[in-house]
Parts: sequence; structure tokens; C-alpha cells
Amino acid sequence: MKDILKAIGNVFIKMPQGFLVTLKYFFKKPVTLDYPRKKKPMVPRYRGKHYLERYDDGTERCVCCGLCAAACPADAIYMEPEETEKGERKAKVYEINLLRCIFCGFCEEACPEEAIFLGQEYEFSADARNKFLWTKQDMLVPHPRKDNPFKRILRRVRKVYGTPEATR
Amino acid sequence: MLEMILISSAKVIAVILAVLTGCAYATYMERKVVAYMQHRIGPSYAGPYGLLQPLADAVKLAFKEDIVPDGVERITYAIAPIASFVPAMLIFAVVPFSSDFTFFGYDIPGVISDLNIGVLYVLAMTSLGIYGIVLAGWSSPSKYSLMGGIRSSAQMISYEISYGLSIVGILIIGNSLSLTDIVSQQASESWLFFGNWYIVKQPLGFLLYLVCAIAETNRAPFDLPEAESELVGGYHTEYSSMRFSMFFIAEYAYMIGVATVGTTLFLGGWNGPFLPPIVWFVIKVFMFMFFYIWLRATFPRFRYDQLMQFGWKVLFPLALLNTMGTAAWVVLFG
Amino acid sequence: MTIDYTIFLISAAVAVFGATMMIMQRNPVASVLYLIVSLVAQAVVYVQLGAIFMGAILIVVYAGAILVLFLFVIMLLNLRANPELSAGMPTLSWFTRTAVPVLLIVELYFVIDRVMLPSAPTGMLGEVEDNFGAVHDVAIKMFTDYLYPMQLTGVLLLVAVVGAVVIARRETAEPRKTAVNPGDKAEKPSNTVAG
Repeated sequence: MKDILKAIGNVFIKMPQGFLVTLKYFFKKPVTLDYPRKKKPMVPRYRGKHYLERYDDGTERCVCCGLCAAACPADAIYMEPEETEKGERKAKVYEINLLRCIFCGFCEEACPEEAIFLGQEYEFSADARNKFLWTKQDMLVPHPRKDNPFKRILRRVRKVYGTPEATR
Repeated sequence: MLEMILISSAKVIAVILAVLTGCAYATYMERKVVAYMQHRIGPSYAGPYGLLQPLADAVKLAFKEDIVPDGVERITYAIAPIASFVPAMLIFAVVPFSSDFTFFGYDIPGVISDLNIGVLYVLAMTSLGIYGIVLAGWSSPSKYSLMGGIRSSAQMISYEISYGLSIVGILIIGNSLSLTDIVSQQASESWLFFGNWYIVKQPLGFLLYLVCAIAETNRAPFDLPEAESELVGGYHTEYSSMRFSMFFIAEYAYMIGVATVGTTLFLGGWNGPFLPPIVWFVIKVFMFMFFYIWLRATFPRFRYDQLMQFGWKVLFPLALLNTMGTAAWVVLFG
Repeated sequence: MTIDYTIFLISAAVAVFGATMMIMQRNPVASVLYLIVSLVAQAVVYVQLGAIFMGAILIVVYAGAILVLFLFVIMLLNLRANPELSAGMPTLSWFTRTAVPVLLIVELYFVIDRVMLPSAPTGMLGEVEDNFGAVHDVAIKMFTDYLYPMQLTGVLLLVAVVGAVVIARRETAEPRKTAVNPGDKAEKPSNTVAG
């Protein structure tokens, strides 16, 4: 008898409750983003695709000091230095293996010249492994954002704690 | 005579087309409704709001390679999809979808065939539908298919009894086996237009019909024969291309079939105020289908022993109780 | 040659064909399928004779439920086509092999000739009253004139079901060998217990 009452209670109280839950969600706005057509705005400090920056006169900021490669926990950065006509150091080869990169941003922190930083792009899919090896040409493109908030924070941090060379 | 044949053929073709389109858009509706209930958006790429998705699916299935695995029982393997598809479509032959109407001067009855044992015919067709599933499970050289087939046959035998008994209450009150008679008995002129519907007189019968119909059509939460999380695809695991799509269409045609029969038996068929009968009919069938999908989005699948216990220890006694109660009521007060 | 007669000939031929093929199959599932074909054809004949209820019930009960159970059992035991099905059978003598069919055919002839034909009020052979074989009339007959045989048949089936349950349960009715709940006294596990 108790079981029967419980069963009746389930049918007339518990089951409608369950139905109401799903019906409630039916009328709510879905959380799914219509992804390839609409993109989610990334947070300002999101770490995505790498960029190499230039000075205003167009020369590359990177001097191929190797600090980023040393800081890289995933060992994703490879570089070969060369000398310009003016006798300045610059990178002949600068490659980042995206399949190794973990997007930690340590290279950005380590860089004394503020040459490398991570942008907002996150769509890296490709159909061949060699397309994941990014060279200078890929990264020296003008990046969409003029002001990188991370750089601002980094400058403030360095004012207090000094540059990586100074601490070393 | 010739006119009769032409009118009947036209009706048959119209109903088949309507049912096939209904099946296609039932898949779309199911995907959309379940998606929204799960906070997703569902298919949205093919056409506006994904409205061409069923068409895209059909084209995709039609162009897929028809793979026949090694070691199948060839003849039964080929018969199975047809055996599941044909009875599903045959159900619609006796369902009155509209009142009699006049079309270009011809009086046309709103049903393909007004069989005077319509209810028995529906029961026969739903019970024949199991063969497609069982044969598919048996002829495929796969454990999953066999398990699906065995589960399906046991489940459908168990629930068919309650399914039939849930209707008996109506037959006792209405004193007729013809679906057209049952619909006309539910007509009402008063402002309370649903007062004569059998859902009011037979609430328990309606609940039983609902549950058993879902179990008969192998829908969630009774979808053990094709439980994808444990049996891959169940009985249609080894099917591909058009053969698979025939199973798919058959499943949805069954859903629509039991929805139309349920509408006819319990929800007053095409009866209703203001709107034309066919519109009322479609609205009611649509609500039935929505409930189906709603149920799928709400409840998890039964375990097999729970399914059997529920069928034999709960539904069957309740159906008997409903039948006896109705009979006693009719004898004492009717 | 009316349409009715043509339909009867076709369905009768299909029914006989299905029945014959059924007993000639080595594959049990094919046997069941031929039986279904035969049953559906028989249902057509019933409907033609005006016994609509019989036709419908034949499909609902036999094709829809009992043969599904057959299939269920066949699938559960996973019987496939077995060419050596008759290997272990004792061979019958030539006398038995001819005498039994001959006897059956003679018997069938007498049944049809003496019992069925003279009193058969069928659609093919003579006109029948309205509503013959309709649900209402069948029900009246079943629950008034033939109430007693009906109930007896029911009891018979019940006895058969109970017997089947008794036979099936006997093997497993022994007491449990191992402890299930804490506190149960378990017998010592024996090495000979299988399963």
C-alpha cells in the first residue's frame, strides 16, 4: 500500500517536476555559440598566436638573444642569429613549433626587447604537420591590436622587479 | 467506379507524401527540441534555421555506399527494412484525418478506408512492425544486433498486451471498433468542446496508451533495442545507406502512426471549434509528437529488468483494472 | 471469373505454398517466415468469407504475438540453418513413411467432404446473413452458446502455463549454495558445483 501511494506520488508530483525542468530550459536562451559564424570575444589577456614586433622604422625588435628559447618550458622555439650591415644582431631563423607550444606566455615575459607577444587568435587547425611550424614570415605580420594590455602590465612589473637580465 | 478508384489513389498518395514529409520534419523537430531542452541550438546550417536539414540528411543517406557485411542471412537481411517500413505506413489507411469534405464537386470521405474493425487493424499492424526489427537483429552477424532484436521482441510482446487493453475501455463505452465511429462519438456542440473526448472519460486509459505506445515504438525511455550507449545501434548496427534510412523512416512513421491513432482515440480526432478539421488533427498530432520528444529529453533509459517489471507488474494490472472498471461502470450506470 | 474468385485463388495458393515451404525449410527462421506468409494469406481468405474478426485476430494473435515468441526463442537459442538436423533421427521404415501421409490425406478428404462442405455457409458457396463473423456476432456466440467451452479452453491454457512454469523452475529451486546477505550461513563451496 505504501509502495502504491509512493508510485502514485511519483507519477503525479515527481514526473511533472521533471517535465517542468526540461520545459523551462526549452524556453531559455541556449548557451551554445553559433561558433564559426559568431566568435566569442576573447579576454584581453588571452594567449593565442605569437607575433613578432617591429620598431616604428620597420626594423625588427628581436635581437635573437635566446632568452625566450631558454624560458620556453616546452622547448618550442628555435633560432639562428645573424648580423646586419650595421653590425646589429638579428634573427636569421626564428621558428616556433606550435605542436609543442603550450601558450604559457613565458617567452613574452622573458623578452627584454618586448619583441614577441601572444595575440588573440586561436584557430590554428591545419591539414599537415609542417604547417604548424611558424617562421618569421608568419609572425612578423602587423598585428591587429596596437596596445597590448599584457605589455602594459609587463612594463609595470619590470619597473618594480627589474628586467630579466637584471635579476639574473 | 473509376472515379472512386482515382479519388482513393489520390488520397493514398497524398497521405503517403504527408507522412513521409512528416517523418522528415519529425527528425528536424526532434533535433531542435531536444537541443533547446539541453541548452543547445541544434541543426542551423542547411537553409534558414536549418530547415533543409532533413533534405540534406536524405541526400547524404541516399548517396552513401550500401554495405552488406560478410556472413549476413541475405534474404532476411534484405526483407527486414521493408518488413519494418510497410506496416508502419499501412497504419494510416484507417486513420480518419478529416471530416468528409467536398473537393471539385466530389464528396470525399476524410479517411482512406473506413474499416469496421479499424482498431483491430491498427493493433495488427503495430504488432507486425516488430518483424522488421527482429529479422534485422537476427540476420546481422553481430552480437549487438542480436541483442537488440531479442530485447525488442520481448519488449514488444510485453507491452502489446497493455497497449491493446488500454484501448478496450473506449471500445466498451463506444461500442464500436471503427475509428470513424469513435471520432464522431467525440464530437460536441457545447462550448466545452473537449467534454466528449475520451481522454476525459478514460484518463487512465490515455496514460496507459501513452506509455505503451512509446514502448511499442521503441522510443526513449524505452529505447533498449537501439540503446546507442550499450548496443551501438542495436538492430540496425549493420545497416547502411538506404536500408538504414528505411528503418529510420519506419521508426518515425510508427511514432506518427501511434500519435494519429492516439489523437483519434483519445483526443477527439479532427473534432474542434473554429478551425478546419484537418488543422485540428495536425495540431493534436503535433502535440503528441512534442510530448514524445519532451519525454525523450526528460527521462533516462530504463534498465532491462525495470522495463519488464514495469510492463508486467504495473502497466498490465492497471490496464486490466481500467478495463474491468469501465465494464462495471457501463453495466451499473451506462 | 470474378475478382473475388481470383483473390481467393491467389491467397489460397499463397497459403498452401507458405505452409508447404514452412515444413521443408532447414532454417528455423525461414520456417517461421513462411508460416507468417501462410497466416497472412489465410487471413485474407477469412476476410473474404466475411469472418473479418477471425482474420484480424489471426494476424494480431498468431502473426503478431505467438510467432514473435517463436522467433524470440529461436534467437535466444541462436539456431542457425543446420544441414545435420536430421542426422541423429531414427530412420522410419518405408511402411510408416507412406502410410502416415496416406492416412492423413484420406482423413482430410473425409473431414472436408462429410463435415465441412454440407453445412458451410460461406461467401464462396452461398450467401450468409449480414454481420456474419463481425465482432458483435462473434462475441454473442462466444459468451452465450459457447461460454462453457471458452472457459474450459481458458482453464486448459492456464494449466499448460502453470505446468510450463513448474517444469522450468524445478532446476533452480534448490537452496542457494553461497551466502548473499551478511549473517547468512553458507555451505562450504564445493568444487563440483558448476556455474
